[in-house]
Amino acid sequence: MKDIFTINGQRIEYEFDETDVLLDVLRNNGHYEVKKGCGEGECGACAILLDGILVNSCQILAASVRGKEITTVRGLGNVHDPHPLQEAFADTGAIQCGFCTPGMILASYALLKENPHPSDDEIKQALDGNICRCTGYVKIFEAVRLAAERMRKNV
Amino acid sequence: MSDLKNVGRSIRKVDALSIATGRALYTDDFPLENPLSLMLLHSPHAHAEIIAINTSEAELVDGVVDILTYENTPHTLYTTAGQGYPEPSPYDYRMFDRKVRFIGDRVALVAAETAEAARKALAMIQVKYGELEAIFDPEGSMEPLAPKLHGEDAYAPLPVKYDPLRNLAAEVELGFGDMAKGFSEADLIEDNIYHTHFASHCAMEPHATKAYFDEKGRLVVITSTQVPFHVRRTLARVLDIPLRSIRVVKPRIGGAFGGKQEIILEPMAAYVAWKHKRSVRFVLSRKEVFTFCRTRHPFRMRFRTGYLKDGTITAMDVDALMNSGAYGAHALTVLSNSGSKMLPLFNKIENVHFLGRTVYTNTPVGGAYRGYGATQAYFGFNQQIDIIARKTSQDILDFAKKWHIRNGETSEVFRILGEGKEGVEQYIGSCGLDECIDRGAEKIRWYERRDLHFSPVPEKVRGVGMAISMQGSAIPLIDMASASMKMNEDGSFNLHVGATDLGTGSDTVLSQIAAEVLGVSPEKIIILSSDTDLTPFDVGAYASSTTYLSGKAVEKCALNVREQILTTASQILEIPRDELLYGEGRISDRSRSTEVRLEEVCLHALYTKDQYQIQSCASHVASESPPPFMAQFAEIEVDTQTGEVKVIKFVSAVDCGRAINPRLAEGQVEGATINGISYALHENYIFSDNGRMMNDSFWDYKIFTAPDIPEIHTIIVDSEEKTGPYGAKSVSEIGLNGPAPAIANAIYDAIGVRLFETPFTPDKILRELKKL
Repeated sequence: MKDIFTINGQRIEYEFDETDVLLDVLRNNGHYEVKKGCGEGECGACAILLDGILVNSCQILAASVRGKEITTVRGLGNVHDPHPLQEAFADTGAIQCGFCTPGMILASYALLKENPHPSDDEIKQALDGNICRCTGYVKIFEAVRLAAERMRKNV
Repeated sequence: MSDLKNVGRSIRKVDALSIATGRALYTDDFPLENPLSLMLLHSPHAHAEIIAINTSEAELVDGVVDILTYENTPHTLYTTAGQGYPEPSPYDYRMFDRKVRFIGDRVALVAAETAEAARKALAMIQVKYGELEAIFDPEGSMEPLAPKLHGEDAYAPLPVKYDPLRNLAAEVELGFGDMAKGFSEADLIEDNIYHTHFASHCAMEPHATKAYFDEKGRLVVITSTQVPFHVRRTLARVLDIPLRSIRVVKPRIGGAFGGKQEIILEPMAAYVAWKHKRSVRFVLSRKEVFTFCRTRHPFRMRFRTGYLKDGTITAMDVDALMNSGAYGAHALTVLSNSGSKMLPLFNKIENVHFLGRTVYTNTPVGGAYRGYGATQAYFGFNQQIDIIARKTSQDILDFAKKWHIRNGETSEVFRILGEGKEGVEQYIGSCGLDECIDRGAEKIRWYERRDLHFSPVPEKVRGVGMAISMQGSAIPLIDMASASMKMNEDGSFNLHVGATDLGTGSDTVLSQIAAEVLGVSPEKIIILSSDTDLTPFDVGAYASSTTYLSGKAVEKCALNVREQILTTASQILEIPRDELLYGEGRISDRSRSTEVRLEEVCLHALYTKDQYQIQSCASHVASESPPPFMAQFAEIEVDTQTGEVKVIKFVSAVDCGRAINPRLAEGQVEGATINGISYALHENYIFSDNGRMMNDSFWDYKIFTAPDIPEIHTIIVDSEEKTGPYGAKSVSEIGLNGPAPAIANAIYDAIGVRLFETPFTPDKILRELKKL
């Protein structure tokens, strides 16, 4: 089947099977920034925003997202014009291998949009669905705090 | 060296923004034209012979191109351990085998046009197994009547003890002093057996390999590996194709932790590609990573320690039994390291004996895992010294300080025990362990918390515990790293290294070292790493080697380039080379009245007269392996009703020499520490009676996530190792050694329960509490 997807503000038509999950359709069409860590909805590496809500794209049928806005980490910024969260993750050492980073940044983005001044506990709860094995999370928490501070100052 | 401009600064990782913006490419992100999908059939039996395998129906599935089994693949014996040549691990593995030795072992591989076709064909392969008796318990593995896993053909390429007909994958014995005398002089003997368990590395990126042919018909293998050069060498041997026809590229790696020091997928992927002259894609599922890839070797370690009433240790006897699982990957070296990374720490013990054996069982395969035997050994060691300190009424901090190795001191163990051969004598040139202990103790508030049994609510009790450890920095006289470099007209430099950045940040750290030598900012260093066509050799990322070993190769290489720059500047300025000053981005005379910028130096060299490229290469082999040191402290809370142990606060204080990039060094410690806490409390392989791992997903194999993280403190003490680049030692592995024993010691401090077996699950706590 074919359908129009809206990804990072751009409308594009993809062909896929009705049983395909969104993760595979995105990756098959060049959205390699969406990572596959488990395919079971547990690790959060494939997290995207669907109409602003954080979801694991491996758990969603591609056929079910018609009319919805998909945001991946590439939709937030690029190397020439990064988002404050992308800068903060780089500045604090929150990125080691980086396989969890796209999902982590989107989870953080979803949090800060709702709650620009999160407590440490709120940060931890917001990142609960995203596994990182490299950093021990310490610097990821720091990155979210730093980004929140910078984003508040910019407003 | 207080005037360092780049070393010691926490600059951003050079790949951080490309990762954060989703542009960095990992193995499975490289697009290939119509790759074949590869998928494995795994053994449902722990021990069986394949009597017949029928692939004819499966081959008829539309899109199936080939099915590999032991009947149609090379029978070359090799080891999946990605180590130097010849490897210290036994050659007991073939691409496919007539025998399967654990549940999850490889049986057949389908290559198909689509993943769906491959999956469909897998279900249609008919295998008739002849089940064999399986052995799961390493204690019984060497019994005469125990089932044998490997036949007479398996062999060790190095002259080391290896006896597959007794299931003996490796044996190490060392001793010095007089054990009988040591024990007869002892007032007391502490004799305990400690057990550590299986664990998965859980790198977020599952193992992945892709291969394609370039325009000249050479095979390009893009793979998620720690050891690209060992991969190339092994592929050439196993596939019997010219090494020159293979290029191995390591892209960004989604974590490894030792799990990708294994050459598991590459031979199968390369074989299909070579046979069919097609590109291939081979990516494992998370379940396959758990059940088919490598684990942390479980250990049983018996410590017998003789000591006087005043705490003087008179003898230490260690008997280690390591479970290798079905194959012998790292069977000898992890075992050796459990002795060689632990015993030297208390170098003042005069009578020491260590006997270690690695045995085969029909369980998942052990391999390299951050800590590499030291983690398993320090679990027992640190509880042993906690017990003795308590029994002799000493503070464990004072006890540790009295016995640990110090600057200028050595240990017999360094000389005796190497990796598959004798070791290398070395004297410690940097040891900041006392400061680690003191500063860590202050941060955890040791003297306000120890022996207090503080109880915030009636059913909960808190305690503190400490563990110390050392690791190494590269394998002396065996590991080699190299670097090459050339200068560009804008005063920038291309730096090419074989060193393998797995996410650890070595591309960044090596750039900082080059920038420091050359007096430029790190942005002027354009680094390319780990491509067997483009970069010089490096053994790869293991044995805590990259900063220390590859860093030194980069430093040497950059010094050569710097010397050429000075020579050229001398020609331009017409001032003798010895009278020149090398400044930031420029060379000047001593009075700084005449100067030439680096850009001008390069332009002169490339275009003016007797033109040449300013460039160099350098290799480095370390003559010793200076250990980093660490003291780790846990404050925990035990719920005496539920048996749950919660870490409240954890402090790691490390002497890693000079931290080239302190923030990245902290990140290494924090990641290892949380992995260690998670290992101590939760992570485990749960097996069925017939040897099947039952919890092969992140749902059931619980690793720490954000809400689980306690208060974490990391302290990097000032230290300088003269043999390392700008004083650096290693830092990446050591942080995993302390959490389990520090938590065990803290549990004892809280509730008087001694846990001799990891992980510290509620059932064990409650069982032990009932015994009190």
